[in-house]
Amino acid sequence: MSARDEILANIRRALGVKGTETIRKQIVAERLERAPKGLIPARGQASGEERLAVFKAQAEASLATVTEVTSPAEVPQSIALFLRSHNLPATLRMGDDLRLKAMPWAETSLEISHGPSAGGDLNAVSHAFGGVAETGTLVMVSGPENPSTLNFLPDNHIIVVSSKDIASDYETVWNRVRFTFGKGGMPRTVNWITGPSRSGDIEQTLLLGAHGPRRLHIVVVRD
Amino acid sequence: MNVHTTSPQFKRNAARALADTQLQKALGNVKQGFIDKRAKAAAKLPEFEALRDSARDIKNHTLENLDLYLEAYEAKVTASGGHVHFARNAEDARDIILSLCREAGAKTVTKGKSMIAEEIEINDHLEKNGITPVETDLGEYIIQLRHELPSHIIAPAVHLNATQVEQDFRRVHKNLDPNRDLSQPVQLLSEARSVLRERFLAADVGITGANFLVAETGTSVIVTNEGNGDLTQILPKTHIVLASIEKLVPTLEDVSQILRVLARSATGQDMSVYTTFSTGPRRASDADGPENYHVVLIDNGRSAMLGSDFQEMLRCIRCGACMNHCPVYHAVGGHAYGWVYPGPMGAVLTPALIGVDKAGHLPNATTFCGRCESVCPVRIPLPKLMRHWREREFERHLAPATFRSGLAFWSFFAKRPALYRLATRAAMVTLGFAGRHRGRFKWLPLAKGWTKYRDFPAPEGETFQARWKRERSRRPA
Repeated sequence: MSARDEILANIRRALGVKGTETIRKQIVAERLERAPKGLIPARGQASGEERLAVFKAQAEASLATVTEVTSPAEVPQSIALFLRSHNLPATLRMGDDLRLKAMPWAETSLEISHGPSAGGDLNAVSHAFGGVAETGTLVMVSGPENPSTLNFLPDNHIIVVSSKDIASDYETVWNRVRFTFGKGGMPRTVNWITGPSRSGDIEQTLLLGAHGPRRLHIVVVRD
Repeated sequence: MNVHTTSPQFKRNAARALADTQLQKALGNVKQGFIDKRAKAAAKLPEFEALRDSARDIKNHTLENLDLYLEAYEAKVTASGGHVHFARNAEDARDIILSLCREAGAKTVTKGKSMIAEEIEINDHLEKNGITPVETDLGEYIIQLRHELPSHIIAPAVHLNATQVEQDFRRVHKNLDPNRDLSQPVQLLSEARSVLRERFLAADVGITGANFLVAETGTSVIVTNEGNGDLTQILPKTHIVLASIEKLVPTLEDVSQILRVLARSATGQDMSVYTTFSTGPRRASDADGPENYHVVLIDNGRSAMLGSDFQEMLRCIRCGACMNHCPVYHAVGGHAYGWVYPGPMGAVLTPALIGVDKAGHLPNATTFCGRCESVCPVRIPLPKLMRHWREREFERHLAPATFRSGLAFWSFFAKRPALYRLATRAAMVTLGFAGRHRGRFKWLPLAKGWTKYRDFPAPEGETFQARWKRERSRRPA
């Protein structure tokens, strides 16, 4: 008997089932199909300005910095200012995201390069798929538009998120993922990011910049 | 199963730990930090207790239908271009992992933090076969340098102080300036960051664990704060996920429920920094990510726990809250437990995985104060399960002869209420009289196990039952 069959047989013997019971199969199939929501905390359940305020407060509590701009056209200047104010070099790596590409980068003196990171980039910008107010979390999906390596290798990660994509809870974002990629379909990687990288492994002292970005800067585009 | 354990020597381990001043200093950090942070995070979320119920129910439902969810999960992984390998035990798992590494032509393998990887002792196996495993979680990296086991399931190096880490770094990172300043923890972190960054970029295979496996989508989920798990899995050509079979949950909604209690229970964060959902290998259009995606599903004793008194232990999501709140863990630390899993969850899981004959001391090393159960995010009745192990141990005649005869002596009286009352009354009167001046005993016959470490308080001369009767009769019915 293969290891697979043996393990399944052991599980079935232990549970006293055969694996062919119509009712059990139905219950499982239905749960996978319907994906019922559980309990959703009230914290993020607000709309408009109020939801955005919860998102900002939670993101800042996770030690990210947040700034707001009123249109996509203002993003490059805002990022240039952020880099300058932290004495960081005027370089920026990004993927092929069309929203990012359409922004007027030429108005700044930033040196822009495109593609995934091989470890040599100090600064990167990505566009979030969405955000979650409940915990100030950003939801990133992998792909050529926003390569996953940009989320982790650069020292300073800047994430642009559109205010209309900031949801109250994770479940709302999962529904958008299903709508975009098909039910049961997923991009290779979905990253939830809540604050910059950190470790408490030495004497329980919180230190930022363990292996991932030392800084996480969020630019919210109000639209 | 042939495992390296010192669990049978728990008593000796514990005595050593109590005398270890470095360890005692480090353990102070556990008591202060974790408890406070969890309490604050729980207080901030009014729905926290109800979410614990929800998490418990999801895990229960999944375990009752584990066969079907495993099949659904496997089909989804395969459909997304990944491969699922089943391993009955540690040996199976080691063989599968080694052959996958060889297929990938691996010289070095980076590793995210994984308790199942510790359980199957994969590092030693890879090393023996000429492949270098590199732990990348800061705590795991430190203990790998020291050839130690983790002493905590989420803070593996919690037993160490910064000066010890500094010594290890100076010993191992020989190509760096010997006069460099490493007096601050942040300097240690940044040294580890730069050393490990090269390892990440050079690795041929990345091995991670999984906090959850999602049946709906064939997704593996890892939760980290450092980002090391992500660099481990997106940079090399091959990503291998190691997971025990009880990591399954049905849907993305279900995993979102449980994630709401995981970090809060573990570190007191509302959410960990990086929660990563991985499904299959890189897609045709992807610019990065692994070309091969393998999942090794490991049983190693879990299926035998299903349908038994210990099924509830399979709900465990490895947050560490039970050990953070355990007075025994606070006193002796994680290594005294002698194997991979310490604290209350280890006291229940270890006998199930390596045998109660080897690990019987662990469920006995408890005060049954109940703090572990009171903070468990999936409400595992840990004290009850430890009690079950004591019963097994007794049934199998594994308890020492003095313990058994003492218990037989006690049960002789306990089964004869009149005699019991008489005997206890006599004992209490005698002890109460003998200890009436000092109020405590430094020494008592047959009680050396107690009086060696602390005084025995003198009773007041009356039994509990007698006092109960008296107080009750005073109160109007």
